[in-house]
Amino acid sequence: MTAFLLLVRRDLRLALRQGGDAAIVIAFFFLAVILFPLGVGPEPEILTHIAAGIVWVTALLAALLSLERLFLADYDDGSLEVLALMPLPLELQVLAKALAHWLTTGLPLTVMAPLLALLLHLDRAGYPMLVAGMALGTPILSLIGAIGAAVTLGARRGGVLLSLLVLPLYIPVLIFGVGAVEAQIIGVSARPHLLLLLALLLAAIPLAPVAAAAALRQAVE
Amino acid sequence: MFRMANPARFMRVSAAVLPWCAGATALLLAGALILALFVAPPDYQQGEAVRIMYVHVPAAYMASLVYVVVAVASAVALIWRHPLADIAAQEAAPLGAGFTLICLVSGSLWGEPMWGTWWVWDARLTSVLVLFFLYLGYIALIHAFDDPTRGAKAGAVLALVGVVNLPIIKFSVDWWSTLHQPESIFRLGGPTIATSMLWPLGVMALGFTLFFVTLLLVRMRSRLLAAKIRALRLAA
Repeated sequence: MTAFLLLVRRDLRLALRQGGDAAIVIAFFFLAVILFPLGVGPEPEILTHIAAGIVWVTALLAALLSLERLFLADYDDGSLEVLALMPLPLELQVLAKALAHWLTTGLPLTVMAPLLALLLHLDRAGYPMLVAGMALGTPILSLIGAIGAAVTLGARRGGVLLSLLVLPLYIPVLIFGVGAVEAQIIGVSARPHLLLLLALLLAAIPLAPVAAAAALRQAVE
Repeated sequence: MFRMANPARFMRVSAAVLPWCAGATALLLAGALILALFVAPPDYQQGEAVRIMYVHVPAAYMASLVYVVVAVASAVALIWRHPLADIAAQEAAPLGAGFTLICLVSGSLWGEPMWGTWWVWDARLTSVLVLFFLYLGYIALIHAFDDPTRGAKAGAVLALVGVVNLPIIKFSVDWWSTLHQPESIFRLGGPTIATSMLWPLGVMALGFTLFFVTLLLVRMRSRLLAAKIRALRLAA
C-alpha cells in the first residue's frame, strides 16, 4: 500500500512540477467550450439544449490531451523498466498512475464543469447530475486511457493514434453521463444512468489495469 | 491448433483446402443470389426493397464474427505465442472492416426507403459504427511500430479490449427500444422470419462465411510467401 501511495505521490509531484498539465487541460476545456457559442450562436435557448453534451464532449477531449504522457516520460528515460522490476505488481502501478492522472485532469475537469455549464445556460436541475456523472465518469476515462497509452507506447505518431483508439471506447461514458443530466432536467430519475456509470467504473478498476499492464510488459520486454 | 503452428505444414494444408473453399464460395454465393433475387418472395410491407436484407444481414453477421476471429486469434497469439495466430488476426482485420463497411452502407441504403432516412443515431447503428472504428484503430496500431512484433502484441491487447463492444451490438436492440428491428433469427422460441426468406438468408450467410475463409487463407498464404521471399533475398 505504501509503495502504491508513493507511486501516486511521485506522479503527482512530477505532474505538478513539470509544467502544470492540469492547468493546460483546464485551459483547453475552457477554450473548447467557448468555441461552441461562437460556432452555433449565442442564443440561450439553443445553448441550454446542448449544454450538457458540450461540457461532456469537451471534457472527453480534454482528458485525452494529457493521456499520452501517462507512461511516455517513464518509457523514454527508462524508469518504466525499473518500475516493472518493483515488487509492486504492474497492475497496481497502472492503477496508481491512472489515479494520479485522474487527480490532475479528471478532478479539475469535474470541478470546472459546473462553471462552464453556467456559461452555457444549463438548466438548473442538471447541475448535481452533471457533477455526479463527471465524478463517476472521469475516472473511467483515465482507466480506459491507460490502456490506450500503454498500447501505443513507442508507436509512431502515438498521440494521434491514441485518440483514434480511445475515443470509441469513451462513447458509453459519454452516453450515460449526458443521459443522467438530461433525465434529471426532464424530470425522470437519473439513477439508472448513474448506476450504469458506477457499474462501468467498478468493471474498469480491476480490468483496465490488467490490459494496460499486459501492454506495458510487451513494451519493456 | 498446434499442428498448424508450423508454417510449412500450414502452406501444404491450405493449398489443398483453398480450391475447395473458393469453389464452394462461388457456388453458394451464385445460388444465394438467385434465391435472394428471384425465388424469395417480396415482403408484404417492404416490397422488393427487402432484398437488401440478403446482403445486409450476412454482412452484419460477418462484421461481428470476424471480430471474434481477430480476438480469439489475438488471445491465442498472446497466450501461446502461436506464430500463425498473429498473422491470422492481422489479415482478418481488414476483411472485417470491409464487411462492417458493407453492413453500414447497405443498411443506409435500406434505411432510406424504409425509415425515410439514411442514418439515425440508434444504439445498434452507433455500436456497429464503433466496431468499424475499432477495426480501423487496430489496423492503424499494428502498422504504427518500427518493430512489427511490438505492433502485433499491442494490437492483440487492443483487440481483446474491444471485445466489450460485441455484446453491446448484439443486445443493443433488446436493451434500448430503437428504430432498428429486434433480433428475428437467433432468438429463443425460434426465428420470427418467414421460412421462404430464412432459407436464402442462410445460404447467403454460409456463402459469406466461406468467402471470408477463402480470402483469409489467400491473405495468410501471401503474407507467409512474402516473408519467405524477403528471407531468401536477405540470404542471397
